[in-house]
Amino acid sequence: MIIKILGAGCSGCAALENKTKEAVKKLKLAEVDVVKISDVQSIITYDVLSLPALIIDDKVVLSGKNPSVEEIMNLINGHRE
Amino acid sequence: MNIFYPVQAFADWLTYGVFSMHQETLFAQAVNFFIFDTIKIVLLLSVIIFTVSIIRSFIPPEKIRLILSHKYQITGNLLAALFGIITPFCTCSAIPLFLGFIQAGVPLGVTFSFLIASPMINEVAIVLLFGLFGWKISLMYIVSGYMIAVISGVIIGKLNVEHLVENIAVRKMGAPLTVAELSWTMRLHAAKNYTYDIISKILPYVVIGIGIGAWIHGYVPTAFIARYAGGTSWYAVLLATLIGIPLYSNAAGVLPLVSVLTEKGVAIGTTLAFMMAVTGLSLPEFLILKKVMKTKLIIIFAAIVGVGILFTGYLFNYLLG
Repeated sequence: MIIKILGAGCSGCAALENKTKEAVKKLKLAEVDVVKISDVQSIITYDVLSLPALIIDDKVVLSGKNPSVEEIMNLINGHRE
Repeated sequence: MNIFYPVQAFADWLTYGVFSMHQETLFAQAVNFFIFDTIKIVLLLSVIIFTVSIIRSFIPPEKIRLILSHKYQITGNLLAALFGIITPFCTCSAIPLFLGFIQAGVPLGVTFSFLIASPMINEVAIVLLFGLFGWKISLMYIVSGYMIAVISGVIIGKLNVEHLVENIAVRKMGAPLTVAELSWTMRLHAAKNYTYDIISKILPYVVIGIGIGAWIHGYVPTAFIARYAGGTSWYAVLLATLIGIPLYSNAAGVLPLVSVLTEKGVAIGTTLAFMMAVTGLSLPEFLILKKVMKTKLIIIFAAIVGVGILFTGYLFNYLLG
């Protein structure tokens, strides 16, 4: 599974990255890559309108929000099912 | 009855009772003013930000884009500026938002109406204006800001400057966000978190701003400010607008300070122009937008909005002066 965080350097983006890493750790998932993407050219290919955004296996699951670690865990679990 | 009466009573009790300060001293008055204003602003911010977040959860940007892509000039501009008011603006989202709108077929002028209204008319600025200046001035601000957003967008739409948007071919990747129906529990929860986030972010600025304001309120004589901040001089509005441009991130802290300056003699139009420049003309936003549009378009955009702000400032100074 590849989880991408799209963000162009806003304060919420770094927070989302840290919380996502924590969520992955708490779920004890192996084989998960958390990648931060801050290059504008790549960000716009995902057609998100507000940042930061969370992408799981190339599916946009969250945009323009600041979720809790639990909410990210739910999103990851929801995607795995 | 003033709804803030209990807050004033609490501030009085704390300053003159608990701290046992003498009501006549300037220091006691400054402390009293500081306590009252801080509590009042935080209360107002909590209620308004929470309410707006709930409304916002029903109209995410994806929905706005869909509505605006079917609209044409004028109707589109009127709607876009309205949506801009309830949408929070983050400089870092400016590019994906701008491109996302344009590529979905939202006209350039309509997109600009949204881009102008979104940062300029936001709930934090409105609450601070309301709390510190009263409802008349916040209404003047909202109405003029809305007019500037609509008219600037209409003008840009008529200029045929679409070729100044950088031609960025977007190769679509992955599955886009499916906007899920949210339950009320989720809306309330998200609104609570958002309110807490925003308030904790801006609180230091607000407190420092009110602190400086309280100090000026108590200590700096009116004549001093009226003399140096040039209450009615012709260049006051121009100067206020120019000073406002680089102050983007500090809108929350700047306002309480400005309210006291106004109280001490700076004209209302000048204050409105300053606030609009702080929120509506932002240097970091211009720099970021350079990635998706030619410098010429940014200059056109800034010039049109700037003229609108100057016009508003001079108009209100003339009408109320």
